[in-house]
Amino acid sequence: MIWMRECEVAVVGGGPAGLSAALEASTLGAEVVVLDRDDGPGGQLIKQTHRFFGSRAQHAGVRGIDIPDILTEEATEQGVEMIFGAEVAGYYPDGVLTFKKDQKWCKLRPERVIFCTGASERFLAFPGSDLPGVYGAGAVQTLMNVHGVRPGQRVLMVGAGNIGLIVSYQLLQAGVDVVAIVEAAFDIGGYAVHASKVRRLGVPIMTRHTVTRAHGQQQVEGATLMQLDEDWDPVEGTEQYVDCEAICLAVGLNPLAELMWQAGCSMAWIPQLGGYVPICDEDLQTTVEGVYVAGDASGVEEASSAMMEGRLAGLGCAHSLDRVDSDRYRQRREELLHELAALRSGPTGAKIREGLQKMQQAQPLRQVLVEGSDC
Amino acid sequence: MSEYRIQQHPILQFSLGRRVKFYFEGEALEGREGEPVAAALHAAGVKVLKYSAERERPRGFFCAIGNCSACLMRVDGRANVRTCLEPLREGMWIERQQGKGDLDA
Repeated sequence: MIWMRECEVAVVGGGPAGLSAALEASTLGAEVVVLDRDDGPGGQLIKQTHRFFGSRAQHAGVRGIDIPDILTEEATEQGVEMIFGAEVAGYYPDGVLTFKKDQKWCKLRPERVIFCTGASERFLAFPGSDLPGVYGAGAVQTLMNVHGVRPGQRVLMVGAGNIGLIVSYQLLQAGVDVVAIVEAAFDIGGYAVHASKVRRLGVPIMTRHTVTRAHGQQQVEGATLMQLDEDWDPVEGTEQYVDCEAICLAVGLNPLAELMWQAGCSMAWIPQLGGYVPICDEDLQTTVEGVYVAGDASGVEEASSAMMEGRLAGLGCAHSLDRVDSDRYRQRREELLHELAALRSGPTGAKIREGLQKMQQAQPLRQVLVEGSDC
Repeated sequence: MSEYRIQQHPILQFSLGRRVKFYFEGEALEGREGEPVAAALHAAGVKVLKYSAERERPRGFFCAIGNCSACLMRVDGRANVRTCLEPLREGMWIERQQGKGDLDA
């Protein structure tokens, strides 16, 4: 028998965005069900051992690994129902979400849905990049910080954004040598505080360099690094061999937007936000009424902004369900937008600001049907 | 003791499951109950989890959270098991998968 029920708000994904969305909507009185494929809450927070920045609203000073418990406790107090081990596979035109739980297919029909599905790690193509030992940075964090297993004794990090820098530091904490961090861009993309931490510990950060080959027959045994010229092409004669057992790719993320494609949301290609993202308004409602998005799924950023976006989407849902009066809604919305603006200020937020500007200009994508073709 | 297992960490403490025996390509190995099969194999020094369909290139895990399918193996006769998520159990029989895997078994 197929399990089917209804609820007011379904949140898909129980990471920083999803838990925050659930908390905001439930605090305002909405009935919320969170679906998550993992066996516990937190999404990728469960491997973030570093202390967060930002403001108190974003749990600044608290380690990422401690945030899921804080949010879950509050959400449970507010009556949020959380279903774990629930992998959402489909969202249908009649508003039904299908998910697999304990090898059974279940259905849920919510009045509103908030997709907080996160992102997946990008790959980088170079000879040997398919060898075992080439890992996503997040994979290394999971292996090391969740399961207590090192990826190897010597690791090359590719990418000096915040993820590359933070994971390098975490590798050092786990007793792993980081042979170098290579970064193709002119500048280090991550915060200076993270960069100086790893530099102080003796890890070279090589800007204008990339990995051009992974060596090894069955698994990674080393890598060739090369300098890049103005056209981003490798400069002949600058090859350097490094001995390493693993190559960790921290070259960005792509929003996990499949369910929003399925829902028929208009999508826009915005590289600054990580690829295809749903076009949405300031409440984070997509072009499909009742379908909201928050966190990396709406544009790749940090966990701190994901939490604020989750709040915003939760607030928008509660407002559309008449659970909050207009004055309070506007005031709360201003607060959250202010928090987000602060997170996106300064040079590190420039890319996101550009992306969001593109979002405002984006035209809904129209499906072109070729009718009566004459060929 | 595996050189891959973290013994001491400045922030984290790992609550590992009990030691269990499992089989990889017929060879008995030891892992911790409940950890992902791919993590247990990695700790035992096994990084090659399958071979690709066309060019039979070795594959190891890439994303470790069930997104990418690079870690599909045969587990107790079932093909295409995402071993980065599959919890390790006592006596599991784990084999490298060749290509797309045989669904009949």
